Amino acid sequence: MDSALLVHRLHFAFTATFHYLFPQLTMGLALLIVVLKTIGVWHKNPVYNESARFWGKIFGINFVLGVVTGIPMEFQFGTNWSHFSLFAGGVIGQTLAMEGMFAFFLESAFLGLFLYGEKRLSPRAHWLSAVAVFVGSWLSGYFIIATDAFMQHPTGYFQAADGTVQLSSFWGLVLNPWAGWQYAHNMSGAAITGAFIMAAVGAFYLLSGRFTEHGRVFLKAGVIAGCLFSILQIFPTGDGQGRLVANLQPVTLAAMEGLYQGQTKAPLVILGQPNDEQRKIDNPLEVPGMLSVLTYKRWNAHVQGLDAFPKQDWPGNIPLLYYSYHIMVGLGTIFVAVMVVAVFLLWRGWLFNAKWMLWILMLSAPFPYIANTAGWMTAELGRQPWLVYGLMRTEDGYSKAVSAGNGMFTLLGFMGIYTVLSILFLFLVRREIEAGPVAGH
Amino acid sequence: MNMASLWYWIVAAMITAYAVLDGFDLGAGAIYLIAAKEPDERRKVLRAVGPVWDGNEVWLLAAGGTLYFAFPRLYASSFSGFYLPLMMVLWLLILRAIGIEFRAHVASTMWQDFFDVVFSVSSILLALFFGVALGNVVRGVPLDSTGYFFEPLWTNFKLGPQTGILDWYTVLIGAVSLVTLTAHGSYYVALKTDADLGRRARGSALLCWPLQFFLTCSALVATYFIRPEIMTNYGKHGVGILVPIVVFASLALMLWANPSGREKLAFAASSLYIVGMLVGAAFALYPVVLPARDRQNDLTIYNTAAGSHGLTVGLAWWTLGAVLAVGYFVFVYRKFSGKVEVGEGHY
Ligand code: HDD
Ligand code: HEM
Ligand code: HEM
Repeated sequence: MDSALLVHRLHFAFTATFHYLFPQLTMGLALLIVVLKTIGVWHKNPVYNESARFWGKIFGINFVLGVVTGIPMEFQFGTNWSHFSLFAGGVIGQTLAMEGMFAFFLESAFLGLFLYGEKRLSPRAHWLSAVAVFVGSWLSGYFIIATDAFMQHPTGYFQAADGTVQLSSFWGLVLNPWAGWQYAHNMSGAAITGAFIMAAVGAFYLLSGRFTEHGRVFLKAGVIAGCLFSILQIFPTGDGQGRLVANLQPVTLAAMEGLYQGQTKAPLVILGQPNDEQRKIDNPLEVPGMLSVLTYKRWNAHVQGLDAFPKQDWPGNIPLLYYSYHIMVGLGTIFVAVMVVAVFLLWRGWLFNAKWMLWILMLSAPFPYIANTAGWMTAELGRQPWLVYGLMRTEDGYSKAVSAGNGMFTLLGFMGIYTVLSILFLFLVRREIEAGPVAGH
Repeated sequence: MNMASLWYWIVAAMITAYAVLDGFDLGAGAIYLIAAKEPDERRKVLRAVGPVWDGNEVWLLAAGGTLYFAFPRLYASSFSGFYLPLMMVLWLLILRAIGIEFRAHVASTMWQDFFDVVFSVSSILLALFFGVALGNVVRGVPLDSTGYFFEPLWTNFKLGPQTGILDWYTVLIGAVSLVTLTAHGSYYVALKTDADLGRRARGSALLCWPLQFFLTCSALVATYFIRPEIMTNYGKHGVGILVPIVVFASLALMLWANPSGREKLAFAASSLYIVGMLVGAAFALYPVVLPARDRQNDLTIYNTAAGSHGLTVGLAWWTLGAVLAVGYFVFVYRKFSGKVEVGEGHY
């Protein structure tokens, strides 16, 4: 591989993966904060109001990280992917600019009011500012997903005489069918992160015997939302995403599943290691026929394997793609199991005393991050070798003017800065959790 | 007016909005260490910019996004060509944001002193860099016939065929920007605070004034010498005369309003000065958006604009978005209007 290409890919992958660690919690918490705040304001319940304020503080720290890591993303389309920007800017520039105009302005304006304006606003106006932040962050998610969806499945464009793509239908771009499922699945994933983190902090408070009143609220909200969204994550959203991939990127599906040879009654591989050299799965643990059922709802449907496609159209890194996909799906299944049990315990009134479950919930905190990251790696690696599916290859899109050495310089710079940011973030969030939702405990 | 020209002026207006709005928090950062001495004073400055800096910065993002969508070729060429300085701007924006936002979380002098320096130094460097960037655009860059270029950080500080980001001219424009924004931030701090802090902010603006006047004149003369073409549009369109009038009238207004305690007027004059300078630059460049050292390779609005359907559709949602955004800004600034007090909220 051309080394400048490699550097630009790593540069984007590193900064995007790091960025998305923060928005997923922003979007998830924004939703849950609105719920807490609504209960707090309407029922004049101080515990819920304090809970909303506490999560507002964590949200504030997290949001700063989302902003400072998001700005480089916006720039990198031009700095690191300039040929791609020239090619596709006439189309995806639309959604990216709309994100700024409709989402970021809304979010940033009302976040200041939500975090620092509680004394200057009436309770209702303060509640409204929480809603505005929620709407802003979820809109922002839509525009960026619509941008990504264009790269996965281009719609609403025509190819101009100079070879670039230009907008032909605004609604075709904005209502891309790929964006619909991707958005639903991705936002549900963000809600899962928010719910698991809230439940984990609640479990931590109960286990350590501090702030137990608030801890119960966190657990209740976290577990109910967690259960709901974990189920939605698999069905219908994960299923919908999967069918899109099967129909529109069949070679990607084959690579995700490690299906080197096409077959009828295709099995679903639960565990096993793809062996790229011999084109088979080692040590497979399979459910026969299941892949055919999941994809085509028919037991003996034929699923195309990688062998049905020319090698130059295969995703470049099949093992990593395969593992990313299986980690996501495996964790998704575990999430449902954990949350269904937790909701059952909550319903019976046993959850707050079930130490074993509280430990599980507390230690689950990192896994939604892993699942979301794995999901994005599946999407992005699965799109390869295309940058815009079927239209532009990744190797044609990077900035030819920027040498590998200059790219490496800034990649290392970002790695250094992001390491410091991670340490600061963990340190500050730990302090907030330590200080708790009410003073003097 | 044709579509491409309309979008040229929209992008120029958004960049100007960014410079006026984020300019005052950069300037507040620039005088922060010197003007705000007591812990309470520092908190007041942070309170004055804290709830608004992110919204102000969104103008940069929105301007960038709009540039991307309306002139993709310009975005592709300039962002990759200015690769190194842009990345440094990104790092500085990161540092500035955490300087403002993380400082108040820990009540330790050591912690706060550290983030104070981070905030102030990154603000100063950003103010300088934005001027350097403008200087590069006005001076022109070594675009080749494919429409791309790459500039190193510096070569020999002269204006030869292979220019660097930094040369004597761009550094001069950087200095204009630094002094202008420092003054702008001083007027803002004077407007938002009182007592000793307000007095020191006014003093700092007063000190900036002669420098600003001198640098403005030097920059205008220097620009004429390195790029005499800038006079073409002024010669063709009579309205151009308004630019120097606005620039020098607003300078005079600042000089008068500041010592006589008319804080709002001084701040408004400083905003007007920034508008005048940037509109003047945009007026001089038009319809070129990125001049090449070899004029044949100039990027203009015509060879960089996106397809016409996209530009037309964009006008509809952009107008709606801009109306909403202005609405939020008016609302938020009114909610946080008046002098800041110690003891309310975060920071
Ligand atoms: C908490 C996170 C999480 C969990 C538990 C799951 N997913 Fe997921 N998935 C994502 C988070 C995610 C994501 C981060 O949101 C992705 C990446 C891109 C996107 O839009 O969504 C994604 C993408 C994604 C794709 C698209 C890949 C592509 O575009 O090539 C498919 C087919 C699935 N998922 C399917 C599933 C299924 C069947 C799951 C069942 C257990 C599942 N996901 C659980
Ligand atoms: C936030 C979640 C995201 C994550 C974790 C993520 C992750 C990645 C990864 C791992 C790669 C490297 C793939 C490779 O080089 O083989 C990549 C590439 C890329 N992604 Fe994403 N991505 C995310 C969102 C997006 C979005 C929303 C867009 C578009 C708007 C996007 C555009 C790109 C581009 C342009 C590249 C570089 C070209 C390429 O290598 O395919 N990404 N991303
Ligand atoms: C790779 C492409 C991406 C780009 C160019 C990008 C751009 C940005 C920018 C510029 C900001 C800062 C906004 C501000 O100043 O207020 C930001 C924050 C944010 N981004 Fe991204 N982003 C990308 C990926 C994603 C993805 C995949 C999502 C989710 C679906 C997302 C959701 C958000 C949200 C909700 C925020 C608000 C701040 C926060 O959540 O912490 N972004 N992004």
